[in-house]
Amino acid sequence: MRSEAASGALFQALGVTLARVAAAFFLAMTIGSAIGYAMGRNALFDRAADPWIIVLLNLPALVIIVLAYIWVGLNEAAAIGAVALNKLPVTAVTIREGVRAFDARLDEMAQVFGFSPMKRLAHVVAPQLAPYFAAATRGGLSLVWKIVLVVELMGRPNGVGFEINTAFQLFDIPLLLAYALPFTAIMLAIETLAVQPLERHVSRWRPRAA
Amino acid sequence: MSRAGDRARLEARVASKCFRTASGQSVPALADLSFALDEGETGALIGPSGCGKSTLMRILAGLDRDFEGSVQVPTHLRVGMVFQEPRLLPWRSVEDNVRLAAPQASEAEIAALFAALGLSEHRTHFPGELSIGLSRRAALARAFAVRPTLLLLDEPFVSLDTPLARQLQNDLARLVESRSMITVLVTHDIDEAIALADRIFILSERPAHVVGEITVKTPRAAMRDEERKAIAARIEALRAPG
Repeated sequence: MRSEAASGALFQALGVTLARVAAAFFLAMTIGSAIGYAMGRNALFDRAADPWIIVLLNLPALVIIVLAYIWVGLNEAAAIGAVALNKLPVTAVTIREGVRAFDARLDEMAQVFGFSPMKRLAHVVAPQLAPYFAAATRGGLSLVWKIVLVVELMGRPNGVGFEINTAFQLFDIPLLLAYALPFTAIMLAIETLAVQPLERHVSRWRPRAA
Repeated sequence: MSRAGDRARLEARVASKCFRTASGQSVPALADLSFALDEGETGALIGPSGCGKSTLMRILAGLDRDFEGSVQVPTHLRVGMVFQEPRLLPWRSVEDNVRLAAPQASEAEIAALFAALGLSEHRTHFPGELSIGLSRRAALARAFAVRPTLLLLDEPFVSLDTPLARQLQNDLARLVESRSMITVLVTHDIDEAIALADRIFILSERPAHVVGEITVKTPRAAMRDEERKAIAARIEALRAPG
């Protein structure tokens, strides 16, 4: 691990992979949340989109990746798109459940007091979705990073997944762990330093049991 | 419709309001219900539980438009409402809850309201940290902060113990009398209606309509106990079935 770090190859591979994780995660969360919100609010859209969500949920990640590489080509867009498409339905379903659990009484209150749409989104909708969003984030980060490695292994010339493929071909277990462990540590750090504090902040209003 | 220069007036004429049950049946909730209130007046609606009082409030608040009839509201309509439950945003402080509903209210106005309702020490608290009595006060503060022309109070003191309810009634009465607006109070407490309302409308069993109207003599402070008892007796007589 030390030699990989000294040569800079480790950090470069980590950087490339992290960038892919971030891009795919961002895409899946924004589009997935928008679709999930629309499905929760609109029964017609829910019925139209539901079969597609179920198909995407059950389609193996590998099939989506291979199809993306064949149809779009062996490029970055296909790689990130394929990962995002794997995560997107999970996000949509989670957010939809959140919207279904909305408190209609608070909606009515906002209507009577003439809240603007932006005010409703920020103060009525977003806080109710926050726990669902946190759950989608937590599950999402781990899922995305695992799939990014597969995508890199199959069709990218760099990144942690690519290096792991090299290690596999050489049966070099120390090299394999040299790439896998730092990444796990980074994800753990993101979880404890970013996701958890954010979650505590948005749920600080909840009365805690003594 | 009311013209400019007219006194603000609330006129509700609900010809019929029905609910559809799960089996597709249409159940009438309100039938030929009408009443009117002028600016500065407080009307109390008294009726048996489940007679459709809350449904009527939802119609007055504009939350339910699926009914036959018409509701004429004051020209410059600003609704302040206190629901049966406080309905505060649990993730915002008491002060933020009030400010979100009434962004135009000045710091001095809000401070005065909080002082009048005994909330000054609880501005930064979250609703989950408040007792039910304080939560109801916060809901009242929110409704008053919007400087309503129409104030709707749907059993605002239900589930409070009697001394606390009486105390809040007094606070509410002072606030209502200090402003010129139309107030509609739904209650099943006759004493509460007599203490707060200028006019009391007695509603029938479902489908609800107005079976009687009683005007309470003002100024209330001069009312003697016998008069109070007489009004209560008249209300009881009107409420008696048959």
